[in-house]
Amino acid sequence: MAIEVRIPTILRTYTDGQKAVDAAGDTLAGLIDDLESNHPGLKDRLIEGEDLRRFVNVYINDEDVRFIGGLEAPLADGDQVVVLPAVAGGARDRMPTGR
Amino acid sequence: MLTIDQATYDAIVAHAKRDHPDEACGVVAGPEGSDRPERFVAMVNAAGSPTFYEFDSTELLQLYKEMDARDEEPVVIYHSHTATEAYPSRTDIGLAMEPNAHYVLVSTREHGNNEGPVEFRSYRIIDGEVTEEDVTVVTQADTRSTD
Repeated sequence: MAIEVRIPTILRTYTDGQKAVDAAGDTLAGLIDDLESNHPGLKDRLIEGEDLRRFVNVYINDEDVRFIGGLEAPLADGDQVVVLPAVAGGARDRMPTGR
Repeated sequence: MLTIDQATYDAIVAHAKRDHPDEACGVVAGPEGSDRPERFVAMVNAAGSPTFYEFDSTELLQLYKEMDARDEEPVVIYHSHTATEAYPSRTDIGLAMEPNAHYVLVSTREHGNNEGPVEFRSYRIIDGEVTEEDVTVVTQADTRSTD
């Protein structure tokens, strides 16, 4: 058993074009470290400093992880993780920070 | 070049006018790899702002699951600028994360919620590089293959 991670188009350069990869971890942070070991460079696209990037959404079993513990959100075998970049923008020249 | 049917074009413009002075946003999905924008999906601007838009994260997931189930991708990602020209801002460029999409911008700065022409322009935004492209509006029959 493993955890399936769905990878968005823009990050498939790190997964040889695969739409989904398997990874392991007890928490989201652990899962991302495991992803990084097999797909170097991916972690930096997901994490900035100590937190998830503001405009990257990660879901565990359809729940936005920001509501279930962020990087500390617990994971178990069989869970499904989906990574989706935010669809956002606008006339404002400076990106908002925080949420 | 973006080829889009008149009904979808009109739906994007109507959404932009309706939500003015806030920015409106949405996608037009189409079969993966087809480059045909076929299924108009208006999205809520979770930012509710005249200068920023963001799809609600839960609705974003639902949208992508639905597209996945139908073997679709976002062929067009549209939003409006309500006080400035229909050209990607630095924010638009920095946050453009769909390399296969046509980024459509509509400006409602001239007529707001009222009747009247709008600027409707389309761009590719890849790795921070913006390339404007022509927009061709066709009757619906022309955009579909005959299969």
